[in-house]
Amino acid sequence: MSTSLFFAQLLNGFQLGVLLFLMSAGLTLVLGIMNCVNLTHGSLFMMGAYFAATVYGTTHSFALAALAAIAGTLLLGLVLERVVLARLYARDHLYQVLATFGLILFLNEVARIIWGQSPIFMNVPDALSGTIDLLGLPYPSYRFAIIAVGLCVGLALYVVIHRTRVGMLIRAGASDSAMVSALGVNIKLINALVFGVGAALAGLAGLMAGPILSVQPGMGDPILILTLVVLVTGGIGSIRGAFYGALIVGVVDTIGRAFLPTLLREVVDRSIAQAAGPAIASILIYLLMAVVLAIRPEGLFPVKHG
Amino acid sequence: MADRRVTLRQGVAAAILVGLGLVPVIAWATGQAFYVTLVSRMMIFALAAVALNLILGYGSLVSLGHALYIGVGAYAVGICSYYGITNGFVHLAVALGAGLVIAVLTGLVCLRASGVGFIMITLAFAQMFYFLAISLKQYGGDDGYAVPARSAFGALNLADNTVLYYVILAVLALVLLLFHRLVHARFGMVLRGCKSNERRMRALGFPTLTYKLIAYVVSALVCVLAGVLLANLTRFVAPSYMQWTVSGDILLMVVLGGVGTLMGPVAGAVVWLSLEELLTSFDLGLPWGIDEFVRNHWLAVLGLFVVVVTLALKQGLYGVLVERDEARR
Amino acid sequence: MSVLAVTGLVKRFGGLIATDHLDLEVREGEIHAVIGPNGAGKTTLINQLSGELVPDAGAIVFNGVDVTGEPVHRRARLGIARSYQITSVFMEFTALQNVMLAVQGESGRSMSFWRPVAQDRRLIEPAAQLLHDVGLDDARDTRVAAMAHGARRQLEIAMTLALRPKVLLLDEPMAGMSHHESEAVVALLQRLRGEYSIVLVEHDMDAVFALADRITVMVYGKPIACGTPDEIRGHPEVRSAYLGDQEEAI
Repeated sequence: MSTSLFFAQLLNGFQLGVLLFLMSAGLTLVLGIMNCVNLTHGSLFMMGAYFAATVYGTTHSFALAALAAIAGTLLLGLVLERVVLARLYARDHLYQVLATFGLILFLNEVARIIWGQSPIFMNVPDALSGTIDLLGLPYPSYRFAIIAVGLCVGLALYVVIHRTRVGMLIRAGASDSAMVSALGVNIKLINALVFGVGAALAGLAGLMAGPILSVQPGMGDPILILTLVVLVTGGIGSIRGAFYGALIVGVVDTIGRAFLPTLLREVVDRSIAQAAGPAIASILIYLLMAVVLAIRPEGLFPVKHG
Repeated sequence: MADRRVTLRQGVAAAILVGLGLVPVIAWATGQAFYVTLVSRMMIFALAAVALNLILGYGSLVSLGHALYIGVGAYAVGICSYYGITNGFVHLAVALGAGLVIAVLTGLVCLRASGVGFIMITLAFAQMFYFLAISLKQYGGDDGYAVPARSAFGALNLADNTVLYYVILAVLALVLLLFHRLVHARFGMVLRGCKSNERRMRALGFPTLTYKLIAYVVSALVCVLAGVLLANLTRFVAPSYMQWTVSGDILLMVVLGGVGTLMGPVAGAVVWLSLEELLTSFDLGLPWGIDEFVRNHWLAVLGLFVVVVTLALKQGLYGVLVERDEARR
Repeated sequence: MSVLAVTGLVKRFGGLIATDHLDLEVREGEIHAVIGPNGAGKTTLINQLSGELVPDAGAIVFNGVDVTGEPVHRRARLGIARSYQITSVFMEFTALQNVMLAVQGESGRSMSFWRPVAQDRRLIEPAAQLLHDVGLDDARDTRVAAMAHGARRQLEIAMTLALRPKVLLLDEPMAGMSHHESEAVVALLQRLRGEYSIVLVEHDMDAVFALADRITVMVYGKPIACGTPDEIRGHPEVRSAYLGDQEEAI
């Protein structure tokens, strides 16, 4: 196990983490502020990837593809919010889960109708198709770009939430939405705004994942579940929790899959390692989640409620 | 205190059970043996839905990971068969034993969270076992494993579809009876009290976590039973039995039929799976290829149906009858 | 003989000190009222006595046993029972079912999976008796959701009594009651005195002065006086800090 290989996998872990952060940030805000479980988030990710891949395929312009992905998912998100989700805020989580579950089935099938079952592919844009030199290690420029964009978004979110008036309303809404409403703030507008931003973030994640994942119906489902694991581990409603949780989950999952089977071979018999290695690697993050829950049920960086 | 008159609700419940009993007879008479397998499958999922309803309807625990236990039951049968063990009693013992251990451990972790957290954690754990099953290459991995023969229970020949049908019906009826007693017994009152006002239950001296865990384990074990029966019905085990969409389906069946009523989930399962069957074989002779469209893209129709029902229906189909009863008292 | 002894109790919420080194002593069989202006920390005190809040410092000793760290359900089983300021009963059940559940909790025997509670005389009879004691005989089979506010408060007390506690923590039992309803509750509490030790948090001064053997007055989490009703009525600090508010209103 060489250090450069480890470093490369570590960066891959960050890259996955950053994508998960974009997904979790939106989801945790919706959950924390509107107290709404939104499973459709994964489908928004999928739509972002589809919009991007389709536009890129015809125009070969990454800028246009990005616009299509982000604007498209923002619009789709707002429509979903007004037509379906807003009616669910007052209801039990059970019904929110069910309705958004139904939406997932519907949207996956819509994708199948429009684009077919076979995956469509999106190429890495030419400008980013090379490698960059990081401390002597060549690393794919595109993946590095993902990390950079994700960190910038994280910084921007932090600034907005902690340093602006809108952010203050959002934080207040997260800890006491009834109070914010009573203060006369247009809660419907804030809800739509929060949901829209979350959807756009999911679209951005879909756009960036397009070239590295295969774009197909249902691609959002495993991402959704990883996102939920991040939320549970990091702390529901907390952007900090989403950030650190996503990075931890991304790194643990990537490093685990890359090195656990090899590591296991040093310790136990080869045949057992061959069978158990990949099995344990694939469930490593769930074990991590279980451990975190056993010790701190509120997550690693929970929101403090007044 | 009990109402001597047979209420509409009790009538419907009895009708459903009698109807189920008559299906093989009707199938034999009309020469459509296929319906025996179809309704067997409905009853198995009804069993899973009844199990989930115990903790959901009576306990307010929304589990999005119950398909996990169907997988445990199915794989118990599959793995035992792989090693040449065909004795049904051994299958049951292995299934229930493994189910017990997994349910206790999973339950202890999941119950540390409440509300949304619980939903997400149950989902995550089901996914965990789903990936675990995929990585078990010897038992077929992603593709699954074809079980050579159904479980052998002495004189009972499960290889005969009709015999299997009545076994499933008997298990369903028995579970319904047991749950009916349980829900009105002291244990059931504790569970229902926890749903109504958990804080007060603790103030009354009840260690609520213990009761919720027991209910969770009982619910899981009935799901395990459903899994054993499913593996027998299809003679196949696959990780897809534990997919989260299956958990979602079971949840939907409970809500569709009526949360917190015993027969509701059965009605929900029958309706949902009938709908699935109807849509995949849609053939009303409509123009413009609509028939074929529906057959190919039935999931979209179902998805929309779920959204509409969730937004419109508060009580579930069967639950409406319950509400009429309560209002009349 | 003190059945409940609280020493040096402290509770902070961030920068706010809700309970400020509080000492309190409840004698066996007495009605000990706790009064004070809004924000004095009375409900926080009750929450720490019942176990719903863990104090930051100090000790709570019940019949010689330190219960400071015990969770709610364990204290309930040991003999400390509370009623809630905001009625906390089971809306979907009937009054009888509510009290039966409380009786069931006290019995500690709930691992029964077959026998319907509707046929369990060991639950029904004590529950019916308790409903009679608090004056709710005719509401036996009424669903709580359909009961009037005053009746629900009486049900609250019945459920608390079902636990056969030694100490009753009553958090504003007369809140929101009409004069007529309060009289019934005052009469009920008079009947309970002696058999139970009661910590009574109340705003209704008529009731407090009619019922209490001793009164502790709290201001900003600190006890400023403790004595008989007469002593408290004449206490200068109490007059200015608490009853002074009412003088301003006049």
